[in-house]
Amino acid sequence: METEGKKRVWEEYQKEIADDHYFYVRSCIRQTFFPGSETTFLKILQNDLKKDVFEDARHTTCTGIGYHTDIVPLETTMTVIARHFALMTEAGYVNIIPSCVTSFGLYTEVLDTWRHFPEIEAKIREYLWKATKREFKVPENLVHTSDIIYKFRNRIKDLSKVSLINKKTGLPLNVVEHIGCHYSKMFPQSGVGGAEFPAVLTGMIEAWGGTVIDYPERRHCCGFGFRQYLVKANRGYSVSNSKKKFESMQPYQPDFMVANCPGCSMFLDRWQYTIAEMEGITYDSNGTGIPVLTYEEMAGLVMGYSPWDIGLQMHQVSVEPLLDKLGIEYKKEDKYLGSNGQNIGEPQKPMFLIV
Amino acid sequence: MAINSQHIVIIGGGPAGLEAASCLGTAGYRVTVLEKENQTGGKLLIWDKLFPEFRNSDKVLNHLSNGFKTNPPQILTNAEVVSVIPENGQHRINLSDGQAFQADTVLITTGFKLYNAEKKEEYGYQIYENVITSFDLEKQLKTGNPIRIEAGLTPRRIAFIHCVGSRDIKSGNIYCSRTCCITGVKQAIEIKRRLPDAEVFNFYMDLRMFGQNFEELYIEAQQKWGVTFIRGRVSEIAENKDNSLQLKAEDTLSGRPIKMSFDLVVLLAGMVPEPRTVEIGKSAALEFTSGNFLAGLDSHISQNETNTPGIFIAGTCREPLSVAETLTDARAATVKMISWLRENETSHKKSLIKRDND
Repeated sequence: METEGKKRVWEEYQKEIADDHYFYVRSCIRQTFFPGSETTFLKILQNDLKKDVFEDARHTTCTGIGYHTDIVPLETTMTVIARHFALMTEAGYVNIIPSCVTSFGLYTEVLDTWRHFPEIEAKIREYLWKATKREFKVPENLVHTSDIIYKFRNRIKDLSKVSLINKKTGLPLNVVEHIGCHYSKMFPQSGVGGAEFPAVLTGMIEAWGGTVIDYPERRHCCGFGFRQYLVKANRGYSVSNSKKKFESMQPYQPDFMVANCPGCSMFLDRWQYTIAEMEGITYDSNGTGIPVLTYEEMAGLVMGYSPWDIGLQMHQVSVEPLLDKLGIEYKKEDKYLGSNGQNIGEPQKPMFLIV
Repeated sequence: MAINSQHIVIIGGGPAGLEAASCLGTAGYRVTVLEKENQTGGKLLIWDKLFPEFRNSDKVLNHLSNGFKTNPPQILTNAEVVSVIPENGQHRINLSDGQAFQADTVLITTGFKLYNAEKKEEYGYQIYENVITSFDLEKQLKTGNPIRIEAGLTPRRIAFIHCVGSRDIKSGNIYCSRTCCITGVKQAIEIKRRLPDAEVFNFYMDLRMFGQNFEELYIEAQQKWGVTFIRGRVSEIAENKDNSLQLKAEDTLSGRPIKMSFDLVVLLAGMVPEPRTVEIGKSAALEFTSGNFLAGLDSHISQNETNTPGIFIAGTCREPLSVAETLTDARAATVKMISWLRENETSHKKSLIKRDND
């Protein structure tokens, strides 16, 4: 594989990423699946990088899940997003950073639609005014939160305590990077590195010492795909898509996967448990599965944060084998202790997946 | 032989330029050919065999060089034209090294450039070792050496992908490059001739076999050589662990998605205008087609004349053409040029007589 060719592609897809003063909008599902991720992002930006990040508790869903399942009409979605822009404007910010890849894709789609059809923007402004008496300015800079971590990857490296290197062998860890479809497949120009060879996660992994695996089904959907999961009868299709990816990456013996989409992190993690229970197989050599991290969790580990403080106990596939490779010390008995020191309860043990 | 004093400059010493130089020289005109490379012949120097007869390209090159027996043109190589400026009823042709030529009329035959297949990122050209273009394959075939993939092995399964950068609004080129279809058929047969045990596939939208004996060659490819044609565009190529290539496409005839592995994938990259053609055209205030080729004055009756009097165009600088069509087009252009020069000569003489009387 010619890396120079990839670099030429990456050069085509560079975008402006604001340096500071961010209006942060959370993800509906990330808060539920991996609640430590967003907290970790805020800690890194505010405490370590000393950036100004503001969030408003009145922010709501972007309606992305409803929109992509044909439940919410586009005009409603646009009006809800216009309200988010209004909250940003009222707070005095111009840079908006959604935590969710689907929100980012949807915001990008809405702004692109308004650029092409100003009359639709005018109509949405009217709807928002009638419904809420709010007005807004369109953001000057819209990027995904993974773009922010990508931008500051070298600063994070300077502050890091851990490298993505196997402590025992001294070799770089083999990492599977997975980009959410809505990050750049709809608007390649909106993603760092474009849609075919995205550089946003690769840039982080390589800056922090790891090696990226390019496997045949790298571009394939994680399996979430909204409709194939949300309609219960379709869930077999969802699992089979994830399975296709796992089988494709298995020969490369990945040490872990990292994703920038809340749904992808969730399904790449949970479906390994499901497939293990269904077929009695895992895609690693010792039966524990391939750990899956969000990019904030990966950054948190690199920064030396406690794995239990960043919420790694919420993962279905155990992260301990990865922590051991990284040489990160942890107390097994602290895994299920809440921030108040009380036990939050342990999940039931799976039949096949070793935890 | 009486030599006409009127001076013709031909920009580009490829098939169109050389054929036109031969015709104009035979007609008694003083011709200068400006070629930017260090030898004339254009892309004929790269092509191995020409469709549909598999004629060796050297034979056409020999024909072109044999055309200079009487009144040969002045040929300058390494002569890169940067602009053509209409000036006092003539044209000044400026070169990048500072030289300039005056001409009564100019013929632009600057040819085409291959579409940069890197732009179709989903195919991984220049990223995956065994993804090449039809241009790369032609160079390999011309060496006469056995066909090998990057690791030095003989490919057992080869795919050709049609319409790479042609008829593709996403790539910016909505037009058809015309010759890629027959090139895919020709190269598939060429591979089967050299590697009879290889499996060869063509992935296409539709096959435009417009020329004489093209359709026959397409049928021969299937019946005699066993080349498989799949109607469907390829969505993506990825590299397997052993450097073979995983290809995903839709077979639109069976209505099913397909996933196959290949040792070698050949991209049939289309034709795009040479950047310098665009620069020269702009300097002479010429008009362009929607595909940014040089535009003729009329799409039916004056394809070789331009909106700037005295400047003519021929060959693939004005639209995608085969070698045979290029030669025909060059000859057609010379007829128009000679007519124009004769008319211009008469009016030029009249203006001189009028000036003397005054």
